[in-house]
Amino acid sequence: MKILSIALNTFRENLRDKLLYNLLIFALLMIGSSIIISKLTLGDFDRLMIDIGLASVNFFGVLIAIFIGIGLVSKEIDKKTIYTIVSKPVARYEFLLGKYLGLLITLLVNTAIMTVGLVVVLWARNVTVDGLLFEAVGMIFVEFMVITAVALLFSTFTSTTLSAIFTLAVYVIGHLTPDLKTFSEKMDEVGRAVMNGLYYVLPNLERFNLKGHVIHHLQVTSADLALIVLYGLAYATFLLVVAGLIFERRDFR
Amino acid sequence: MKDSADVVIQIENLTKVFRVGFWGRKVTAVDRVSLAVHRGEVFGFLGPNGAGKTTTLKMLMGLIYPTSGHATIFGHPIGAPQAKAKLGFLPESPYFYDYLTGAEFLRFYGHLFGLRGAVLSKRIDELLDTVGMSHARDLQLRKFSKGMLQRVGIAQALINDPELVVLDEPMSGLDPIGRKEVRDLILRLKEAGKTVLFSSHILHDAELLCDRVAMIMKGRLVACGPVSDLLSGGSTHEVELVIERLVPEALERIRPFAKKVVVQGEQVMVVLASQQDVNHAIDVVRSVKGHVVSLTPHRASLEDLFIREAKTARQPVEVAA
Repeated sequence: MKILSIALNTFRENLRDKLLYNLLIFALLMIGSSIIISKLTLGDFDRLMIDIGLASVNFFGVLIAIFIGIGLVSKEIDKKTIYTIVSKPVARYEFLLGKYLGLLITLLVNTAIMTVGLVVVLWARNVTVDGLLFEAVGMIFVEFMVITAVALLFSTFTSTTLSAIFTLAVYVIGHLTPDLKTFSEKMDEVGRAVMNGLYYVLPNLERFNLKGHVIHHLQVTSADLALIVLYGLAYATFLLVVAGLIFERRDFR
Repeated sequence: MKDSADVVIQIENLTKVFRVGFWGRKVTAVDRVSLAVHRGEVFGFLGPNGAGKTTTLKMLMGLIYPTSGHATIFGHPIGAPQAKAKLGFLPESPYFYDYLTGAEFLRFYGHLFGLRGAVLSKRIDELLDTVGMSHARDLQLRKFSKGMLQRVGIAQALINDPELVVLDEPMSGLDPIGRKEVRDLILRLKEAGKTVLFSSHILHDAELLCDRVAMIMKGRLVACGPVSDLLSGGSTHEVELVIERLVPEALERIRPFAKKVVVQGEQVMVVLASQQDVNHAIDVVRSVKGHVVSLTPHRASLEDLFIREAKTARQPVEVAA
């Protein structure tokens, strides 16, 4: 119950944050602009619209996850608001989970709005919308869960600027992990060990990318979907446990 | 000695060593502090800025972990949920969730104690009224003045009707009216049987309010006890006597035993060090038909004690490298 109260308070904080609306407006503009861009291409304009649309949902969601996520905890410490929470009968992990869930609620609402925008644009251009599109959005949301957990983890022990840089790095590298594997094969022993280490430690975010499937109408089996969701949840849980352990030991000075 | 059931906070040898800077230099912020706060008393935690008051309070609130020593609140180790359920805390110069309105702010904290619905709404109304903030219930905190924030912060600390209220510098940054209101509030809490622990570097407030005070300097406890005990120990009481129509030769009779004599036109101000000297001086004044305008005992103030302790505590900077 306390976790939910903190989550709802965080959600309310996000709702009253101008940053959120700016990002949301940009996302909708981006999705809308795919209409114009598709007119400049020859044929296959529906592919392009789905591609740009899903990429916008992903990109702006990640921006929200990172830029609000990094401030979730550090802002509370900077502004000393955490003093009044931790001195109440609230365990530190409850606070952390509350903040995490609060941002997820924000992301859920945002993803829903962006998806509605995308569907409206696609309908307007008579592009068929099938269930696969929603599965893809669902997996994008699982990616948000991982990215938010990364941002939260960094924000429990470093400054907001460093958290932003680290989280953005994890996001970019996370989409390139298969390349890490390829690189490692061309390196010496040490280089291979480092690359392989990174490959296994960093999240493989490409797993959550179903854009290709949507564009080429390739069905994804429910077993595959379950596996992706499970992977995302396990990864996020692991990060939250580490964040919780760090946060538990911290002195709030 | 008080019964153990009457001890609300028990601190034993509480120590905090911070590591600062790149090399992790050790700085002792709080050094083996031991004290007890009893049920129903107003306890002042005094010391200059940077003495370790806030660090001690933060340790009690479970915000930072002690390096050594330990403390209990209501018999529970610090940080225990059972203890936190019965206390309220106002941090030093707090910045609250500025996107919330006064009422939303208190509702959120009420939820953290499991308060809901009509009970919570009633409590919020009462508290806003208590701290004189009913007009601001629907105003966002970002529009509050510092005094208003301090008041709503106090309301936040009282949301669970706590038995123990801990206030870190509750008077700082307030104007004289605001300070008086906070003082009145603390006295009301005492009347309601609450235990109040507050820190301050403003000694006047503590003198007016506290049953007992502890004084901390550079992390060390230098004095602890009832205000009257701390004040009576130390310097003897001086008395200031203002006299009119005193003939010069009478003044010369007083001068030898007076500590200080100041002549201002018609009036003479004489400072005397003992009761005997006072009687003697008055006899002289009456014998020459002089006029005693006023007689003011100079009670040693906490301020004097503070300065005295600060002088004795002036030692090399406490760095255990």
